[in-house]
Amino acid sequence: MSQKPIVLHTAPHVKKPQDVPMIMRNVVYALLPIVAFAVYQFGISVLLLTIVVVLSCLGTERFFNWMSDKPSSLNDWSSTITGLLLALTLPPGFPLWMGAVAAFAGVAIAKVVFGGIGYNVFNPALAGRAFVQAAFPVAITTWTPAFFSGRFTEFVPSTLTSPLMMPPETAEWVKQVAVDGFSGATPLGMMKFQSISTPTADLLLGTVAGSAGETSALLILLCGAYLIARKMMNWQIPAWIFVGVIITSGVLYLINPDKYADPMFMLFSGGLMLGAMFMASDMVGSPLTPKGVMIYGLLIGFLTVLIRQFGSLSEGIMYAILLGNAMTPLIDTWTQPRLFGAQPKKGKSA
Amino acid sequence: MSLIKQDDTITVDTFMEGIWRENPVFVMMLGMCPTLAVTTSAINALGMGAATTFVLIASSLLVSLFRNLIPAGVRIATYIVIIATFVTLVDYIMQAYSQALYAAMGAFIQLIVVNCIILGRAEACASRNKPLKSMVNAAGMGLGFTLALLCLGGVREILGNGSLFGLPLFGEHFQPWVIMVLPAGGFLVLAGWLILFEWLKLRKQGRSQQVGGAVHEH
Repeated sequence: MSQKPIVLHTAPHVKKPQDVPMIMRNVVYALLPIVAFAVYQFGISVLLLTIVVVLSCLGTERFFNWMSDKPSSLNDWSSTITGLLLALTLPPGFPLWMGAVAAFAGVAIAKVVFGGIGYNVFNPALAGRAFVQAAFPVAITTWTPAFFSGRFTEFVPSTLTSPLMMPPETAEWVKQVAVDGFSGATPLGMMKFQSISTPTADLLLGTVAGSAGETSALLILLCGAYLIARKMMNWQIPAWIFVGVIITSGVLYLINPDKYADPMFMLFSGGLMLGAMFMASDMVGSPLTPKGVMIYGLLIGFLTVLIRQFGSLSEGIMYAILLGNAMTPLIDTWTQPRLFGAQPKKGKSA
Repeated sequence: MSLIKQDDTITVDTFMEGIWRENPVFVMMLGMCPTLAVTTSAINALGMGAATTFVLIASSLLVSLFRNLIPAGVRIATYIVIIATFVTLVDYIMQAYSQALYAAMGAFIQLIVVNCIILGRAEACASRNKPLKSMVNAAGMGLGFTLALLCLGGVREILGNGSLFGLPLFGEHFQPWVIMVLPAGGFLVLAGWLILFEWLKLRKQGRSQQVGGAVHEH
């Protein structure tokens, strides 16, 4: 009879079964409903785009693992999340090869060169999107209508553009399939350039045009709530971003309601929900202290409204979060709590 | 009289060190300003590389000839005057023969004066060596610089414009990568080449270590 040897350990004795792959796997679970809804809404183009982007992210990470003679780091799921998030931020008819470029750029520039998971300053998905925003400014602002008939049997014409080639004009095709007078603009675009507001109900349910996974604010909130309920996400980050957006757009709205959008519209339109819930709350790129989280969230909310209202782009959440990521080390330095019992520095206290 | 005996022999390495082992851009990281700014196309890169190489060789010759006459206290100022003379020459020649290239490069031709590769060569090589050796070394450095600029300019033109030396490669439906002709593209492509060369170097080291280890075991 074999007896188990008695092993003595020092504290801690109680360990939570939480580790990086487990949390990341749960984020993937939380993202799947959003992906499913995006596919239901925009059809097989989005399905194929998501698959291509995720595989490119995984392939890029594996490639750099091989280059640096390291074991594969694919099983921590983080690249899968990057791929899913990136695909959700792209327009539904985005050419597949550009999606692959975005995935490569995001993982290579924002993640691998900094040392992989845990060391990345910027959110890789957003960095990838920022790269294609700068590289292909037309393709990334070409929108196709939601719920067009035949979306499960045919691709958006621009999806299957051959690599390195320019996507075909979709305006004619959109006129054929669009149910109502679709003008090729997102709610934010209509607001900015034509001063047409969209009803909040449409924004909540996601019956509007936009990037693949950003349209239904309600679904994103629910999926985020799952992560918050499992204590895998810091709920204060999205909360402070919402506060920042409401305050900034509220002040502007009070100054001139004709010119500036109301806070409700600002909150539920565009990629704000997706960005605040799943990208700004990235554990690596956000501050650690509660006070730091407050500054970070308010800053992102403020910058988002600022870019939307006064910038040349109609959407600002991407650059706002990237700027927030860049500020994080500084915010963390500012808001370090004083050690218990430590004397405050000379000259600073009364 | 210096204690170290001067080595006047010209070896293959005198020429080759600028191309690979001490490449001014990829190894010494000198002259970053023109490297990033004028490499939006291969032809610009070639023009910049040729202009710099000419100034490099000519100023190396002159500095080397006068190396025993230039007082140490004012040597930097003297080098700059010599370099500026040749830059002015290049500036006028380019303006006279290729107005388009001159317009594309703008102030960066005049700025060759402050390119630290040239001053570095004058200080490190030409002021201590005989004219012929200095010129051979300068030619290698100039060629290395030109090749490095071509590496950047080639990639940026192919992706940013779909052409190489102005010849279209992919037909009329090519989608240009706007970012590649923007300043950010310069940094990204430079970083890409640096990663590639560093990786090749490490791989070579790793292989020679493995071979060395195997020998050691026997």
